Amino acid sequence: MRVAMTSNYFEILRGGINTTFQDKGRENLYHIGIPFSGVMDNRNFLLANKLVGNHLSAPVIEFAYQGPHLRYTGDQLNFVITGDVIFKIKKNDYEIDGDCYHSYHLENGDEINIISTNKSVYGYFAIGSEIDLKFQWNSCSINTKANIGSNNGKKLDSGQKINLLKINSDKTLKKVNYINSKIENIRVIKGTNFDYFSDEGKKIFFEKEFIVSKLSDRMGMRLEGPKIENIVNTNIKSEGLVKGVIQVPADGNPIIMLSDHGTVGGYPKIGVVVSVDYDRLVQLAPGSKVKFQEIELSDAETLFKLYEMETKNLLNQI
Amino acid sequence: MLKNISNLGDAALYCDFGIQVNKATNLEVIKYFNTIREKKIKGINNLTPSYNKLIISFDLRVTNFSEIKNKIENLDTTIVQNKNNKKIEVPVCCEGNFALDKNRLEKKLNISFQEILTKFFDKEYFCYMTGFIAGMPFLGDIDENLKTQRLETPRVKVPQGSVGITEQFANIYTFDSPGGWNIIGNTPLKVFDDSKERNPNLINPGDTIIFKKISRQEYESSNDK
Repeated sequence: MRVAMTSNYFEILRGGINTTFQDKGRENLYHIGIPFSGVMDNRNFLLANKLVGNHLSAPVIEFAYQGPHLRYTGDQLNFVITGDVIFKIKKNDYEIDGDCYHSYHLENGDEINIISTNKSVYGYFAIGSEIDLKFQWNSCSINTKANIGSNNGKKLDSGQKINLLKINSDKTLKKVNYINSKIENIRVIKGTNFDYFSDEGKKIFFEKEFIVSKLSDRMGMRLEGPKIENIVNTNIKSEGLVKGVIQVPADGNPIIMLSDHGTVGGYPKIGVVVSVDYDRLVQLAPGSKVKFQEIELSDAETLFKLYEMETKNLLNQI
Repeated sequence: MLKNISNLGDAALYCDFGIQVNKATNLEVIKYFNTIREKKIKGINNLTPSYNKLIISFDLRVTNFSEIKNKIENLDTTIVQNKNNKKIEVPVCCEGNFALDKNRLEKKLNISFQEILTKFFDKEYFCYMTGFIAGMPFLGDIDENLKTQRLETPRVKVPQGSVGITEQFANIYTFDSPGGWNIIGNTPLKVFDDSKERNPNLINPGDTIIFKKISRQEYESSNDK
């Protein structure tokens, strides 16, 4: 018989802007209208889990901009924060500034206050423990638009509790030296409707600067800039979408599909962001300036392999 | 027939079945969809059938475009039958504020709402695909005289259960969602049920749908409400 382990838990004193449980997401559900979801920045997710000794696909807490403020009750455990994040750890009578990519011990009564991400969007909070979560289609990932996943598909809010099931026995503190690099040139492969756009429109797409709009979230990133002119049709028959697809609706402003995107769409696809750039793309905060750069499929495949090797090397250093 | 395969980015195949949007083309898409699902090809992590396209997503850590393309080109689709297609009755109440676009449609189509409903409920519909939001079915084809464009400005929130029409298609909003379809009524039926993990969608591609007109009273007393 399993002993009820409600003795180890976090209280959420402040939920933050968009704080959710995420893991690797859900597969093979596009055909019924359910997107991948899962963490936005996969490398920071993997590093977070490795740094607290979890298996690499364990659930983590993802936050955007301002993160949660939490108070811990229970036995000693490890936690880590990854990304480019400003946070404080409050012990009995003193407070320290936390460093990302360093795991810390947390004792009964300690508080973590995740103040904000720094010139980026997403950060990750991993706990060296199994968390009591509901899984749907083998994933805890919260999709707030369809109310799917743990916490009834809703973002975490103040007053809630995060119950822990089994704290990892190895509490060795770990760290890795890693700095998130910024991306300015987003590499794309031409989309299936590339020829819907005027020569001038195509030129604008690859030469001009675009600005990330405030209307960006886990579903999509909206960009503003010079209008990309469509000369064929501003609608297509609805068809499947994938992460990274750049649609251009009638208003001429591109929208990039992100992890919680609608599974089908009816706007022409001018391009698709390549996989290697996805982790850095999602970290572009509103107001960031970006340019699109064309790349061939074979180069995209090679670059992704290199990126994966780099991730593996980082994980091996921990 | 599968006309062309190209790449959609570096982690998906874009399979084009021609420009015709009709039941025959769509059944061909569904045949490929069923066959690929059955074969469980290593690395494929999502399939998105639509009217005349099939998008095949794969894990770039496991495979790549040319490998999967080769497998799809050499796929034997003669074995798998389009199976288990169901006929489903969907009750719809078109009274009062359920019919959000009654006035707009009367004006646009230049016929009375009564006639619109007669034509709408008179037909059987074929499910071409599901998606956009979880479980939303795209059904067709509606009567020629009911064809109309999307709203010029989409609604920020279309209520869950709304039944809408646009172009040659009808759909059902499975969640409160932004949307631009012309809403003629609302169904109390639960079209997406995430407690049924194995098959959360009531309506699947290939199914036949019959809409049944119900009163407000019948709507309110429905079990699903």
